[in-house]
Amino acid sequence: MAISGVMHEYRPPRGRPVLALDGISLDVREREFLALLGPSGCGKSTLLYLAGGFMALQQGSIAVNGRPVRGPGPDRGIVFQNFALFPWKTVRQNVLYGLEKRALPRDERHSRAQHFIDLVHLTGFEESYPSQLSGGMKQRVAIARTLATEPDTLLMDEPFGALDAQTRTIMQDELLSIWRSSPTTVIFVTHDVREAVLLAKRVAVMTARPGRLKEIVDTDFAATDSADVQRSREYADKVDYIWSLVREEAIAAGAGGRL
Amino acid sequence: MTAALFLSRATPLLILALAWEAAARSGLISDYALPTLTSVAVTFVDLAAGDLYYHTARSIWRGMLAFAAAVPLGIAAGILIAWFLPVRILLKPILQCLYPMPKSALIPLTIIWIGIGDSSKIALIFLGCLVPIVMSAFNGARGVDQTLLWTARSLGASERQVLWEIVVPGALPEIMNGIRTALALSFILMVAAELIIANDGIGYLINLLGEAGEYSGMFAGVITISAIGFAADRGCVALTRWLLAWRE
Repeated sequence: MAISGVMHEYRPPRGRPVLALDGISLDVREREFLALLGPSGCGKSTLLYLAGGFMALQQGSIAVNGRPVRGPGPDRGIVFQNFALFPWKTVRQNVLYGLEKRALPRDERHSRAQHFIDLVHLTGFEESYPSQLSGGMKQRVAIARTLATEPDTLLMDEPFGALDAQTRTIMQDELLSIWRSSPTTVIFVTHDVREAVLLAKRVAVMTARPGRLKEIVDTDFAATDSADVQRSREYADKVDYIWSLVREEAIAAGAGGRL
Repeated sequence: MTAALFLSRATPLLILALAWEAAARSGLISDYALPTLTSVAVTFVDLAAGDLYYHTARSIWRGMLAFAAAVPLGIAAGILIAWFLPVRILLKPILQCLYPMPKSALIPLTIIWIGIGDSSKIALIFLGCLVPIVMSAFNGARGVDQTLLWTARSLGASERQVLWEIVVPGALPEIMNGIRTALALSFILMVAAELIIANDGIGYLINLLGEAGEYSGMFAGVITISAIGFAADRGCVALTRWLLAWRE
């Protein structure tokens, strides 16, 4: 995905326009796990929504494999912080939704849906409604639903931000193991430095509003087990370094240290 | 429903009935103002053997026809107003004017325009039911979480599919609230219109009995239509629970 010279302004019906993104250029490599990290309000989610084609580009360009992004499409799957499950559909119906939009035989749709339900460890909950599930389970459904259509690029908007600490750790491990077994391009928006360093191969640090790219840091570690990674010296150094980059931005954003 | 639950709901009504009977028998309140409940019951049996069924059926026919027309049209209009900008520009101001207007104020007008028969009453009830349903469908459709729309689009849904598969079911909880309000309104407008001028119907019957000094008959009429209204409301609540079972 090639992002080039993207600028974005929010124009509220009343009041002055707010510049959210100012000249972002970024190349996301194929099958790369990239984290977009920055303080609240820096425009990282806006950039993700533009890449998803959910909002119109005002200036600049975003292209996937040379084709400019013109709108949402199944080549770019999205996972939101609030899960965005269809509450009137069961787990199975949610996962089937994207598959039904394709010309696949019924049996194949169902076997694929089942495969992804099993992959996210929700076997036995196929007929449950979202209201009957915990937060972590809801996010598993959302991930299975998005993976089921096999997107080339996975856009994740603070997907674990609404989960408790233990669930988040488990989900991070599972996401990594899914990504390792079938790598796709992932753009992962977060404000959590440790999460970004742990998951991503590169971390793109953004400035406070208006969002600009501050620095891109390599965060590829030799170890694969996330517990080993987190115990390593390298990991601690990267976290310290990125934290130092982001701290001044957080203070500039008036977030009082919250990232 | 368990026996205990039934008892807990029936007891207050039983106390009310006993208090009514006691007040009416005490002689403190005159007979016309409050006939005894037992005399109302006796009159009810007499009326039920006579015209009560006919007049009730006429009223229910008017009310349900208008209500049944208002439900699909109201849902369609509300969702179209929410979804298509030109429709919104055209219809929203009209809707906003109609919303606070007391529909009962239109009764004399509908009589002048359409006459005193079924049509004027059906038109009035239809309009009265339409407004809350349109409002609820509009608010429901506007309130559907944007991330649901975005998710559907990114999974390959067309705009038409987004409308039918996401916006409509997403608006359903609000719509059911609007439908319940409309159902209650249909009873109010039905009786109000019939009280003012009509050839038949429960409102007509209540008026007729009142003018003839048959007060226990009036009460029997009021209780009959109230009981039907109550049953309709419970039916609406049960339907809503069934349709929205996914909410838990």
